[in-house]
Amino acid sequence: MSAKYRPTIGIECHVQLRTKTKLFSGAGNDARTAKPNTLINHIDFGLPGALPVFNREAMHLAIRAALALGVEPQLFSTFDRKHYFYPDLPMGYQITQYDQPVILGGKVEYILNGELKTVAITRAHLEADAGKSSHPSAKAYSLVDLNRAGTPLLEIVSEPQMHSAAEARAYAKELYLLMCYAGVTDGDLYHGNMRFDVNVSLSENDQLGVRSETKNLNSFRAVEKAVAYEIKRQSDLLDRGQSVVQETRGWNEAKQKTLSQRSKENADDYRYMPDPDLPPLEIDPAFIKKVRSEMPNLPSFWRNELSSLGLSLSQSEILLEAGIDFTNANYMDLLLDFKHSGLNTKMLVNWLVNVDIPLVRTDSSLINANRRELYKEVIGLVEAGKLSSTNTKELIAAALKSSEAAKDLANYASRAGLLQQSDSSELEAIIQEVLASNEAAVKDVAAGQDKAIGFLIGQVMAKTSGRANPEVARQIVKRLIKQD
Amino acid sequence: MQNDWPALSELAAAVKNGSSSAVALTRKALERIERQQPIYNATILTLSESALKRAEAIDKAIAEGQDPGVLAGVPFIAKDNFLVKNSETRAASNILSGFIAPYQASAINALEQAGAICVAKANMDAFAHGASTENSDFGVTKNPFDTTRVPGGSSGGSAAAVALGLAPFALGTDTGGSIRQPAAFCGVVGLKPTYGLVSRSGVIAMGSSLDCIGPITSSVEDAALVLEVMSGRDDLDSTTIESDPQGYANLKAPQLSKVRVAVIDEYLEQGLDQEVKDSLLKLIDKLKAAGAQVSHVSLPSTKLALACYYIITPAEVSSNLSRYDGIRYGYSDPSAKDLEQSYLNSRGKGFGKEAKRRIIIGTFVLSSGYYDAYYKKAMTVRTKLINEFDAAFKDYDYLIGPVAPTTAFKIGEKAKDPLQMYLADVMTVAANLAGIPAISLPNGFDTNGLPIGVQLMAARRNDRSLLGMAKVIEEVNNRA
Repeated sequence: MSAKYRPTIGIECHVQLRTKTKLFSGAGNDARTAKPNTLINHIDFGLPGALPVFNREAMHLAIRAALALGVEPQLFSTFDRKHYFYPDLPMGYQITQYDQPVILGGKVEYILNGELKTVAITRAHLEADAGKSSHPSAKAYSLVDLNRAGTPLLEIVSEPQMHSAAEARAYAKELYLLMCYAGVTDGDLYHGNMRFDVNVSLSENDQLGVRSETKNLNSFRAVEKAVAYEIKRQSDLLDRGQSVVQETRGWNEAKQKTLSQRSKENADDYRYMPDPDLPPLEIDPAFIKKVRSEMPNLPSFWRNELSSLGLSLSQSEILLEAGIDFTNANYMDLLLDFKHSGLNTKMLVNWLVNVDIPLVRTDSSLINANRRELYKEVIGLVEAGKLSSTNTKELIAAALKSSEAAKDLANYASRAGLLQQSDSSELEAIIQEVLASNEAAVKDVAAGQDKAIGFLIGQVMAKTSGRANPEVARQIVKRLIKQD
Repeated sequence: MQNDWPALSELAAAVKNGSSSAVALTRKALERIERQQPIYNATILTLSESALKRAEAIDKAIAEGQDPGVLAGVPFIAKDNFLVKNSETRAASNILSGFIAPYQASAINALEQAGAICVAKANMDAFAHGASTENSDFGVTKNPFDTTRVPGGSSGGSAAAVALGLAPFALGTDTGGSIRQPAAFCGVVGLKPTYGLVSRSGVIAMGSSLDCIGPITSSVEDAALVLEVMSGRDDLDSTTIESDPQGYANLKAPQLSKVRVAVIDEYLEQGLDQEVKDSLLKLIDKLKAAGAQVSHVSLPSTKLALACYYIITPAEVSSNLSRYDGIRYGYSDPSAKDLEQSYLNSRGKGFGKEAKRRIIIGTFVLSSGYYDAYYKKAMTVRTKLINEFDAAFKDYDYLIGPVAPTTAFKIGEKAKDPLQMYLADVMTVAANLAGIPAISLPNGFDTNGLPIGVQLMAARRNDRSLLGMAKVIEEVNNRA
């Protein structure tokens, strides 16, 4: 890429609100596991005579979003109709806030390479999602699932204030954390709970260049890659003396490139008009006050807490992304206790992120384990070399799920065959058997080929059903075979 | 065939005390509906089976000592744009042929809960676009007073049905005069309540910011009773408002000496037929003689109301008709080869000429580059009009004027000239744009023996007061 162009990036993000029901109907909002076309009622199906009724919970979440972005929501906003024909848009129009959105202003702050960056928010508006179309290959039909039709979205539009792919990624991640911690969204990226559209343009002077918009990116990685690709593509065009076309593009994950979808010349005229079926959305300042008093702690709060614990920035970020306040288990106290006891907090963070938090999120049947005791016992076993990292995770999971395991952890680990054989004499007998039956490998090791050690340890692990401590085994093997 | 039904309250009382029965009334209505059909074409669907079943249930409930409500056993006819559960609902348009309503209008629910029985669906201009029922895909309805003339529209079938005595009352919808104008053409009472007073849920939308649901009846008293049953806040329609805490059925006539009435000057100018004008002036004289103060008021923006209406309404129509795309229900062209063809053919063949005309106008005025010049300007005029009405209602309790410039016109007379047809709405659209209640009352006949109507308007939410004054006019006219 030539350095003579300055990239400018703005991001629009669709955040799916975690309401029980849809934005304008009483049908259920969680379509993740529902059969197609089961979460629909009159309005979602676009029946004649059906009228939208605003879901007040969406207003509550929009207020939270505003506060998370550091701005007061608008006390008065309105709904509009955006028209286009498509089979997954049952009424022939989408209900959105075009003229007077519920959020104007706000900002997102993030730290990149030790530097605090601020991106201003232009606006955020409520809108109803469309359904989902699929086009089975080699079939003469397409399918429409209206479960998603009417799902409440908050579209957050940033100012074009980012200038690199890394900044775009950092902004996307910070916005994600803000919306998750504020309880606005479930943040299930895999199911498209947050979708990013990135607008990228290059300029040689103060004037912004022609932009492309790459739509529907559903991971931070895709945001970063799509922006990087667009910067390269556009600068190549400019270098060749060609011009950038204003167009909508899509990210092709398999080809790792953006592809043109439609150009501005073919852009639809959406014929926006005020929706006469919906009165303006008026928010009572007293309600905003109430929502403010109930606001959950935002990422900046947790960053301070974690840093005061002495965790490194990267450890903090890992914990934040996993979701530190997603549970009634008091992780902060736990971390504090570990630190004061001089124990390894890095290991604890690793277990929390990889085992504990995911379990708490997905398994509602967990017992109320005494985590302080649990993790102290676990770290004891690990430091004694009795637990492999895989088995440690298995043991923690078992202790969080069953009181039987939690009550007597060491015994349980032994009975479940999770403990490693670190007892050298017992292990040495087994290793000698292995060496006797693998003469060729022994010769290789003796000749200095360390790869063969790995093979021999593999044989030891097989013989002990994985219970041998591989590090101890390695030392014994090395002691028994004299290398030249 | 004549409109010989007693008052709704008397009918319900007779059903309850056993001197009549729901089944007897329903049979009478069904038999009349069947008899008029070849001559007048006022209805397009008869609900014999479900109506008789309901009637039997109501009679049984009464026999068991229950009270089915203030409209116990009273049959009625609904305009075809009301969804009636499990029956075909088409808004008299082919594009909805075969569409069986899976739910029903809140207004129908309210009437059923009060014991009323829907016996048929009335003919109308398709999607309520028109002033004559000539835009129906099921043929025109004939005027009960002269079968060579239109009954008005778009609720022409409903108005003709009441005038013919097919049922004691009917439901209509009024977006720009569609209840009041046919009521005037057929010599019956037509009420357009304050916008939002009756839920629009389950009624096929035309212009959502203007659509009102109301009764067509033989008397003001009946209209008040039906309004009382249907009105009030509905969770399914966010634009609904609470009904008057005092209700509507217990009519209270205002003291005429304290009443301030004004005639809208502009309505006496615009191509008003002399006989229609004379009948209005005659009524004013009678009111004055009875002690009322009648003055004149000028509402300059009413002259722009029609132009404004024919921008805002098509805009909303083009939006509201988008859902009829042949994909989920209704007519779908089976020969279409791809999606675009399916849209074009299903809508092209399914919609009639007038719907297409309004879709095109509406799409145009909402298009980028034209929105400000048309739609936004029309909305500004609408606000100005509302302000003029508000100002007038500071000085006057009621505004009075004609309903339409003429009495019922000949079938085919205006069908080829949409602009002439639109002019039939010139005196009714302002009330819809302003959201105020207005009622059309019989006010004599012209020399051809055709009914003439008079229109009375009041301030928003003053429906109760409007009905009280309407009752006075009704009595003044009956005395003469």
